[in-house]
Amino acid sequence: MNLLSRYAECIFWMARYMERAENLARILDVHETFARDTRGATNWFSVVQLNADEKDFFSRHDRPTAEAVIHYYMFDPQNRNSLLSMLRMARENARTLRPWISTEMWTQINVFHNKLLEMSVKDVATQNLSKVCTWIKEECQSHTGITEGTFYRDQGWYFYQMGKYIERADQTTRLLDIKYHTLLPSPVEVGSTLDVSQWTTVLRSTAGYHAFRRVYPRGMSPTTVAGFMLFNEGFPRSVVMCVRQIDGVLTRMRSRYDLRGGAAAMERVDELLAALLSRPIDAVLRDGLHEYLDWIQLQLNVITTEIAQAFFGVQPPLAVQSQSQ
Amino acid sequence: MSVPEGKPSDLLSSYNPGLYFDELFGAMDLPAEHTALIRQRLAALDFDELRRRAQDAERELYNLGITFIVYSDKDAVDRILPFDVIPRVISAPEWAHLERGVKQRVAALNLFLHDIYHDQKILKDGVIPRDLVEGNHNFRPQMIGLDVPFNTYIHIMGTDLVRDRHGTFRVLEDNGRVPSGVSYVVENRHMMQRVFPDLMQDIGIRPVDNYGHKLLDAMVEIAPAGVDDPQVVLLSPGTYNSAYFEHIFLAREMGVPLVEGRDLVVDNDRVYMKTTNGLAPVHSIYRRLDDAFLDPKAFNPDSLLGVPGILEAYRKGNVALANAIGTGVADDKAVYCYVPRMIKYYMDQDPIIPNVDTRICREPDALQYTLDNLADLVVKPVGEAGGYGITIGPRASKAELEDCRAKLLADPSNYISQPVVDLSVCPTVCDEAIEPRHVDLRPFAITGKSSWVLPGGLSRVALKKGTLIVNSSQGGGSKDTWVLEGGAA
Repeated sequence: MNLLSRYAECIFWMARYMERAENLARILDVHETFARDTRGATNWFSVVQLNADEKDFFSRHDRPTAEAVIHYYMFDPQNRNSLLSMLRMARENARTLRPWISTEMWTQINVFHNKLLEMSVKDVATQNLSKVCTWIKEECQSHTGITEGTFYRDQGWYFYQMGKYIERADQTTRLLDIKYHTLLPSPVEVGSTLDVSQWTTVLRSTAGYHAFRRVYPRGMSPTTVAGFMLFNEGFPRSVVMCVRQIDGVLTRMRSRYDLRGGAAAMERVDELLAALLSRPIDAVLRDGLHEYLDWIQLQLNVITTEIAQAFFGVQPPLAVQSQSQ
Repeated sequence: MSVPEGKPSDLLSSYNPGLYFDELFGAMDLPAEHTALIRQRLAALDFDELRRRAQDAERELYNLGITFIVYSDKDAVDRILPFDVIPRVISAPEWAHLERGVKQRVAALNLFLHDIYHDQKILKDGVIPRDLVEGNHNFRPQMIGLDVPFNTYIHIMGTDLVRDRHGTFRVLEDNGRVPSGVSYVVENRHMMQRVFPDLMQDIGIRPVDNYGHKLLDAMVEIAPAGVDDPQVVLLSPGTYNSAYFEHIFLAREMGVPLVEGRDLVVDNDRVYMKTTNGLAPVHSIYRRLDDAFLDPKAFNPDSLLGVPGILEAYRKGNVALANAIGTGVADDKAVYCYVPRMIKYYMDQDPIIPNVDTRICREPDALQYTLDNLADLVVKPVGEAGGYGITIGPRASKAELEDCRAKLLADPSNYISQPVVDLSVCPTVCDEAIEPRHVDLRPFAITGKSSWVLPGGLSRVALKKGTLIVNSSQGGGSKDTWVLEGGAA
């Protein structure tokens, strides 16, 4: 059966927004316990930096206090990177897609969105933030599970997978980048207690701590942690794992449905994968992790653009979407 | 629930429909036998329990997103169509009568449309004033001389019926453009099956869930000849349309893509949709878009919702549209008055379901009568839908009546008048108790090669005490409509 370009685009973005929401919850959660300076105060500003939202944030707030940042990323309807905005866009896409997705998928997103809409900053006073983030993660995981169990496997499924893995790869680079932003202002020694605990928290935020321990039972260093999150072949949130998925999904979809478009996107994915596999982690750290992560994000944007041009039609401005961050 | 002192515990024993015909109890002198078991089961329920089930049902409708959008100044809010859990019940013989009546009406209107877009015999014979038809803003000259499959113009029709004090069904209005509401018929049944399986047990209710199949069959029947496996689509104005849920529902039930105007293109007088693999041909379109928005090249040039060039593709016979273009002239409120004469003229039959007595204010006698009896009549503008612009004489203030009089005098042919119909009532769950509320009925008929009527239809209920206007935009709700299986059959 034919898949409307507009539907393909909505599916792709619905998947991205749900994945993005889950990761934002992870980032907020990890900041509460993790991103503290030497005096133990939480550095909420790094969340703003991480999302490159400085300009927009300071147009409405004087200082990055806990309350301001949490409100900005949880409930601010004007911030398109807030959880509420993401859920609104995921829901709008899901609403458009209701003839295509399962009723269970739609209902879960609808109820999730409506619950979030009823919440306020009071519900998320800092002591409750972790609980709320856990709830959001679980709702996102429910979505993933319901989708896995009910979404009919045709072209739409492939676009869903592509959206999800592109977003996840992007978000993993952002989580990893937390270290860059939070570390810069403080002169913490590599290998110090604080340093190790920060790396541990990065791993925990991606639910990767135990897997990491299994692979590296002794010692934890920037090399091993960054290497694990970027290149590990078994870790479901590693960048290489995600790009391999994108590669496989795109290849299978094009051949199974005899799609003419997508050759350029395919090339870009192959290039990115080859580049990831050819660069040792030591070289990455030596030349600058932050710059490397930026470069990956840029490649993912290019891939998105190629997919959009190949499958969503040349002018796709009307579906609910935004550019990748 | 603790029963207040002096009040009988039977849930229906203090129920009093007054002078109106009651859908569950029947007339006072003609008690409804066919609802005896249902009444017995309802009476045994606890009011709090009933309220709880009703709330569960509404919560579920909201979660499922079975909603329509209401636009206020700033926001677009999702609202459910309030759902009342007490069903409206129609006996098998009553339904057989309605079914025949609706089919007759669809047939007459299709004959009329074919005639006015071809030989115009009915105008030449002076049965209907020519200017009423040709001067109607829904008359489409582009349709003149064009043949449509099976001479069917109105493929989907919703006929609004009311029931007077004597229990007689009458046609209040025809909806032959893009009638809506059928999704609620099916969803209300699903809801009842979830919250009230015990009430429905062994009653023998005719199913409503095959509407999508019937609609798809008709869409395939009318597709251009020579296409083996026609691509059917549903064309929607988009997610911001208040009936978007229904569009989703119908597309899913038919298993066809829900497209918007921007998904379609016309090339060389053929219609295509934009897919991930390029353009794919489209043969049959159930459009939920008014004529005026359908083709910016032919009609409203400002329409961003339509498909440029689709009229020409249609005229060439390369694509089927349901409903056909130009049906609006048949469901006009002024033309409505002539439908009984149409039935006689084309079919040599009497109307099976009579009209409400209606006066056409373009006729001087009728205008005078209307002006003289304004306080007792309902005055309706002919071009409006959704219950807007109606003046109900007995309930209007002096100022409203004067305003109505001025409008009538300024533009008499824009109005019709009717006596106030004492709409029948149905027991309805209200805040404190079960009370009578007015209902109407909109059966849906699908016509390709032949006509099929969905057993039942949408029963809309005016939830505000005393009000007669059942439209969802004016605070109405809906009920599940049960058509009972016939006797031994």
